[in-house]
Amino acid sequence: MIPLSYYLIVSAILFALGTCGVFLRRNLITILLSIEIMLNAVNLTFVAFGRYAADVNGQIIVFFVMTVAAAEAAVGLALVIALFRNRESLNPDAFTSLKW
Amino acid sequence: MAETIAFYLFSGLAIIASALVIGQRNPMYSVLLLVASFGAMAGLFIQLDAPFVAMALMIVYAGAIMVLFLFVVMLLNAPQEDALPYDHTHPFRHPVLMRFGALLAALLVVQLTYALLRARDLRVPVAGRSDASVVGSVGELGRVLFERHTFAFEATSILILVAMVGAVVLARKESGPQ
Repeated sequence: MIPLSYYLIVSAILFALGTCGVFLRRNLITILLSIEIMLNAVNLTFVAFGRYAADVNGQIIVFFVMTVAAAEAAVGLALVIALFRNRESLNPDAFTSLKW
Repeated sequence: MAETIAFYLFSGLAIIASALVIGQRNPMYSVLLLVASFGAMAGLFIQLDAPFVAMALMIVYAGAIMVLFLFVVMLLNAPQEDALPYDHTHPFRHPVLMRFGALLAALLVVQLTYALLRARDLRVPVAGRSDASVVGSVGELGRVLFERHTFAFEATSILILVAMVGAVVLARKESGPQ
């Protein structure tokens, strides 16, 4: 019998870890992975609250989050490939100029 | 008792794997550790009587999206971060701005802790409750998804199509007449 707050605490820790990754890492691929961690932390919150309310809508929104995450990963990785072709680097600081 | 042990095992595994994801320098290890983190989260979802979400997480996330990440990591072949040449000119490498960012991060942690401490009804058990028949049934899930959320489901298919076309256009090698 695990209380709801435990799941919320795990989710908050995972979300904070993802935020740290976005701010600390200097690699575009790792930043995208940190965004996936954050999305999954939110998924855990949705499912835990859905279980708390005995409602399936909490699980349905997880499917939509997964779909948006798949679209985001596809477009984001395509952008990473296009950027890498131009600068031969994955550091986001390499792409600070608007025109070259 | 077994449920409690499983909860601590899965949540600890998910947190440790996620911390290692952002601690790795090699993105290849990061992707593989994120797959481990997703496996642990699937265990948590099964404990919350959401087996279909757990399977979708393993098949869609760990099976498809992470393979996409692995392909890109192997395609680009840039295992190490090259942070040093850019650190001197970075606009945020400024003491005042760095202190402001640290203050914002601390405020996020304080806010989350405050919300979790002040909320009521949080002691209600969620895992291992007896009314699992409604939430855990895949048939009920499909019925609600295709009856009440039909429009959102169809809009999702358009979103995937647009993302696919966008990815092809963005990653295409620019050749031919410019």
